[in-house]
Amino acid sequence: MVDLKTTLCGITMDNPIIPASGTFGYGYEFAELYDINCLGSFSFKGTTREPRFGNPLPRIAECNDGMINAVGLQNPGVDAVIAKEMPKLAACFNKPVMANVSGFSIDEYTEVVQKLDNQEQIGWFEVNISCPNVHGGGMAFGTTCEGAAAVTKAVRQVTKKPLIIKLSPNVTNIVEIAKACESEGADGISLINTLLGMRIDLKTKKPVIANKMGGFSGHAILPVALRMVYQVYEACDIPIVGMGGVQTAEEVIEMMLAGATAVEVGAANLVNPFACKEIIEDLPRVMDKYNIKSLSEIIGGAH
Amino acid sequence: MKQSIFVVKENVKIAKNTMKMVLAGDTSHITKSGQFVNIKIEGLFLRRPISVCDVEDGVLTIIYKVVGKGTEAMEVMEAGQELDILTGLGNGYDTAKSGDKPVLIGGGVGVPPMYNLAKRLKTEGKDVQVILGFNTEEEVFYKEEFETLGVKVYVATADGSVGTKGFVTDVLKTLDYTYFFTCGPMPMFKAIESIAKTSGQYSFEERMGCGFGACMGCSCETKYGNKRICKDGPVLEREEIIW
Repeated sequence: MVDLKTTLCGITMDNPIIPASGTFGYGYEFAELYDINCLGSFSFKGTTREPRFGNPLPRIAECNDGMINAVGLQNPGVDAVIAKEMPKLAACFNKPVMANVSGFSIDEYTEVVQKLDNQEQIGWFEVNISCPNVHGGGMAFGTTCEGAAAVTKAVRQVTKKPLIIKLSPNVTNIVEIAKACESEGADGISLINTLLGMRIDLKTKKPVIANKMGGFSGHAILPVALRMVYQVYEACDIPIVGMGGVQTAEEVIEMMLAGATAVEVGAANLVNPFACKEIIEDLPRVMDKYNIKSLSEIIGGAH
Repeated sequence: MKQSIFVVKENVKIAKNTMKMVLAGDTSHITKSGQFVNIKIEGLFLRRPISVCDVEDGVLTIIYKVVGKGTEAMEVMEAGQELDILTGLGNGYDTAKSGDKPVLIGGGVGVPPMYNLAKRLKTEGKDVQVILGFNTEEEVFYKEEFETLGVKVYVATADGSVGTKGFVTDVLKTLDYTYFFTCGPMPMFKAIESIAKTSGQYSFEERMGCGFGACMGCSCETKYGNKRICKDGPVLEREEIIW
């Protein structure tokens, strides 16, 4: 019998698999397909203070072994999330959930976290300082040590729940930014968000996406994600939630060997809605194959 | 929604750049006309959403125009090939509002979903009229199939090579109808919107990520709030659309 359990910032999960924010809504679309309680947890749709429609269409482009999205943080706003989405989420999921929060100012981050903080089902906050698809916020905080530190410090003041900061790969030195978050009291780091990318339509000779650029995700970005998780693991003592291109049980193990305590699965859910369930079911077979008894024992094993 | 494996039974060219594919599999989740399926194609990341032309007892018919990598890969598929397909996607048309004499308007690749809809409305005892719009004769398909259903069929071609010379709206303005259902390109929608005499339903096409409501890749604003084309649509009512 293999052991899939892992403990992320003091909360023990049945397995390390977490559908990534923005690919799993608030859970209930997938609950129509399978019992989502098989998941370790899931990170809900990035939530902001005000409701947001997001970017103009088209927002999606195909890539080799991946995709670009420029959704732009469409969400109903924190008040509607608390009033409408959290009760629906509770009806289909009975484990701690990861609350993904985004903002355009430090005040917005703290206000959203404050409002969500008394929601019992929220186990962790995942503060997104890395959305490439919005202007004047999101990634702007995540591309400098000062910005990342300032958001972490402010949010740290308003919650005692585990605070995970989600980082952008679109930076020169991811390690310095992770360390800045750690020094201001972050309990964990999640990475990577999407890589800034573009496709051009040969018929129109213009970018496919209305926003021109968008976030590149999917299987193709796995090597970049593994490299960054590996680097941050070397430099930081806080746990890492690894993500970027993971779509098989083998790749979950690879990500944990690089240093991830838990693993998010994103774009794969959009192509195969059963991706996370299938990965979880396949993990014991792959662990047996590579003689792994316990997943928590292999974290950072590649170092 | 259901994910299952379908087997290609037939894949034939029926008009210029237009293919008809017949597949066998579990069609039990396709419950309304105007729904779509999302097809996994080997070597491509995102699935390809294609409207349902007809469905009957485990047989699914789709008609697609060859326009890019996905449909180019589909064009060369042969009988016996297996495909991973998500079925039962989208809201589909609500036929309860049709009245006694609805008109169905399909433009180009917007024609296929009109077929199952015409069949359904006919079974419901409605006096069905169909307008099919194409650019030119070599693009025309399914005229006879609609006629076989026993519905009144009008064809409009932009160059006048078949039927009325002009657009679907040149036919529409001469007809009496209680309601309309349409699927086709945006310029056609705008032309219909400017002359339609009744309420109706439009089926929209958009680039999608997932096709089942998870990614917010195909959202639009309506008078009734934000909707996802793939999950809350693709069919929207005339009254809610913001043009």
